[in-house]
Amino acid sequence: MRSDLFLLVCLIVGGLIFGAALLLNNDYYFFAGYVVLQYVVLSTAWNILGGYCGYVNFGSAAFFALGAYSTVAVHRLDPMPIPVLVAIGGVVSGIVGLAMGYLTLRLRGAFFAIATLALAVVLETLIVNWDYVGGSRGAYIVRPETMPPFGSYIKYLFLIMMLLAVGAITVARLIERSRLGYGFATIRDDELAAEASGVPTLRLKLIATTISGALMGMAGAPFPYYIGFLQPSSAFGLDYAVNSIAMPLIGGTTSWVGPLIGAVLLGSLQQIATVTISSAVNLLIVGFLLVGFVIVAPNGIIGLFHRYVRHKPDDPVGRREVRIEASESAPGASL
Amino acid sequence: MTGLLEVDNLSKRFGGFVALENITLSVRAGERVGLIGPNGSGKSTLVNCICGTLRNEAGSVGFDGHSLNGESAHQRTRRGLARTFQLPRPFASLSLADNMRVPLLYTVAARSGRAAARDIDDRCVALLREVGLDGKARRLPRELTQVEMRKLELARAMAAEPKLLIADESMAGLTHSEIEDILALLNRLNGQGVTIILIEHIMRAVMSFSRRLVVLVSGRKIADGEPNAVVRDPEVERAYLGQ
Amino acid sequence: MIFSFDLLLNAIISGILIGGFYAAVTCGITLSFGILDIVNIAHPAFIILGSYIAYIINSTFGLDPIVTAILVTPAFYALGAGIYQVYYVSFEKRGQESMRGLAFFFGLLFITEVMLVLVFGVDYRYVGAPYIGPTLHFGAFDIPLRILVPCLVSLVMIGVLQFVLTRTFVGRAIMAVAQDQLALKLMAVDPIRIKRIAFGISIASAALAGAFLIIIQPVEPSVGREYIGRVFAVCVLGGMGSMPGTVIAAMLVGIVESLTSTFYGPSWAPAVSFGFLLLTLAVRPAGIMGR
Repeated sequence: MRSDLFLLVCLIVGGLIFGAALLLNNDYYFFAGYVVLQYVVLSTAWNILGGYCGYVNFGSAAFFALGAYSTVAVHRLDPMPIPVLVAIGGVVSGIVGLAMGYLTLRLRGAFFAIATLALAVVLETLIVNWDYVGGSRGAYIVRPETMPPFGSYIKYLFLIMMLLAVGAITVARLIERSRLGYGFATIRDDELAAEASGVPTLRLKLIATTISGALMGMAGAPFPYYIGFLQPSSAFGLDYAVNSIAMPLIGGTTSWVGPLIGAVLLGSLQQIATVTISSAVNLLIVGFLLVGFVIVAPNGIIGLFHRYVRHKPDDPVGRREVRIEASESAPGASL
Repeated sequence: MTGLLEVDNLSKRFGGFVALENITLSVRAGERVGLIGPNGSGKSTLVNCICGTLRNEAGSVGFDGHSLNGESAHQRTRRGLARTFQLPRPFASLSLADNMRVPLLYTVAARSGRAAARDIDDRCVALLREVGLDGKARRLPRELTQVEMRKLELARAMAAEPKLLIADESMAGLTHSEIEDILALLNRLNGQGVTIILIEHIMRAVMSFSRRLVVLVSGRKIADGEPNAVVRDPEVERAYLGQ
Repeated sequence: MIFSFDLLLNAIISGILIGGFYAAVTCGITLSFGILDIVNIAHPAFIILGSYIAYIINSTFGLDPIVTAILVTPAFYALGAGIYQVYYVSFEKRGQESMRGLAFFFGLLFITEVMLVLVFGVDYRYVGAPYIGPTLHFGAFDIPLRILVPCLVSLVMIGVLQFVLTRTFVGRAIMAVAQDQLALKLMAVDPIRIKRIAFGISIASAALAGAFLIIIQPVEPSVGREYIGRVFAVCVLGGMGSMPGTVIAAMLVGIVESLTSTFYGPSWAPAVSFGFLLLTLAVRPAGIMGR
């Protein structure tokens, strides 16, 4: 399917979902849906660097929070429409992603991962000490009551996040099918051989970190409006770090479908669970699922699907079949 | 006369250990050079330094008239320098055809501008056909035998359309006829104009293929010349062949 | 901030003592990451676990936390060996350790922290012992015993570890397994078993480090996260697999942190070690192939 057609299909699907939610006419669905869509963006973004290139980022919360705090900082100067804030958040996080990548991507993957953890803490410490954006006391953003013609403001936020989610998925799919996607895969498989084959690994890794960071920043930009009162602990929350790793790993890291499945499933589950059981137990379950899947089903739900429904003639994911079958069809694979 | 590959006083150390000491080597276009030496003599380290996987501390490497100093491995590959790895390193999650595609996309296309997608698919299969693996184009590297992996490794290096190919122990552990296969392939390549440096322990293969023989022992080059003369050199006998 | 020589000296001494403690916290990582190349970012979680066990035993039976830790060491060793076995079968054997192995340890870190929150809540816990409280005074210098004692015991522990690594067969096998597994196999030593032992020792050290931690400061579940950056910073600075290097690097980090805290305020302290780490990684001359 060509990318522009895919984009159109996604927009239509997104529009249908939005319409369905409007019919239900309960703002709760928009609040919950916003969070799930946010995770779609975060996991897709994480997967571009993690799943495609094999570089684990533990600091997703940092890029997300950067987007949120750029919104706060800009808002203090001069309130701007959310799409502009999203762009700004994307640029800020993208630049930080690039800078951090430049510092650490010449090293092994393990060092990069640890550096991302370090970055998250350093950034949080900086923000906590920066009074202009409220520091540890937090920052209030007054959310307008309504946003015509959408009705309540949350519907507008939901729509924005829906567009971001569609955008993220389209970008991920575009990358997969392009020369860049092959380059990323070789980085994941064997960087030395990739370099020997002419792949400019450092440049590609920087591209991946920048895109990944930018998308996460864009997801974070509307957050202050969603939550009303932004504190470093909520922006830098551990749940963002864990979920953006768990969702792609559970859904499947080899294609754009995996993070989408993971985010929708896990995100919805958590929204339901938070209402019925405590949020700590909720996070505990995510942790167990992450460890469980990583041990038992390393290729996630996509992998399980292909293992047990293997003889499907059409690749439901729509990618070159070999890439997906890859880890499941060979004898002696996994378990 | 400047050769295609000019290695000048190259040295490499790992901490206190001197892996390569003042290696000077000149390879002309179209040559068939054999590189031999005991295990640990620095052959692979030399390849790594020439190809940019490792940085040499001293000395320089020139290729096709350009100095390679400071250039990364992928840049050197784009200039026309290709190598295989001693232990094959295929792209495990990509099909054999896609393993060919990567050098085509990133080296050949980078040199000559965008290649048509249709064309690339055909070229991938054609490359695999050269090594007899076209039947398995859609399969994964892990399904291959040892021999097939080494052939894949060679095919992938060839996909980069190199001017000079360094084949690092492509024949280790192969049977007589498998070795003949690889030699035939290398001969064919050389006939097409590709300069080849063959690194091997299998003397029969090295002697039949090389027109020039270089011997490395403990990081130093101790001989460089016509193969029959080199193997009769007493120092070479003592250090490598004799015992 | 008024600069005073006494303040400076006290900060440095305090930094050295804390550094001794940081060395204990890091030695497990020196073993698992520096020598075995396993990125166990869950190590701080095991330390916190050790702290909480020391807390329970101390508040129930009044037993000294360090004694408790020593008693609990075999259990932690078994835990470490078990975790390594799972890690090996699931990741190392399949060649997946770079991404999935990392995610595995991250999951363990996370699970441990959340479970501790569920069981103990987020209140700070602390232990009681005769050396918590008194401070030695040497003229202008104050040395709190609650920092001195863990520092000394920690140095002893590292001394023992260094002895084991350099003088015993198992220890030397551990150092060897990182460099040449084949040679070990030829000596009829199973490298996997050696790595299991090493990882077990690594986690066992966490039990003691945990006891030291809760002696020095009150503990709550998220405290572990501060230490992730510290342990890797110290390990990398200390030259990866070297115990003496770890001690020196730990004291260096301790001193810088202490000086920052004294002259710029404690809210900047977490950033110091992490900043150190980022700097070290950025400046470290390692390529893709270099170690």
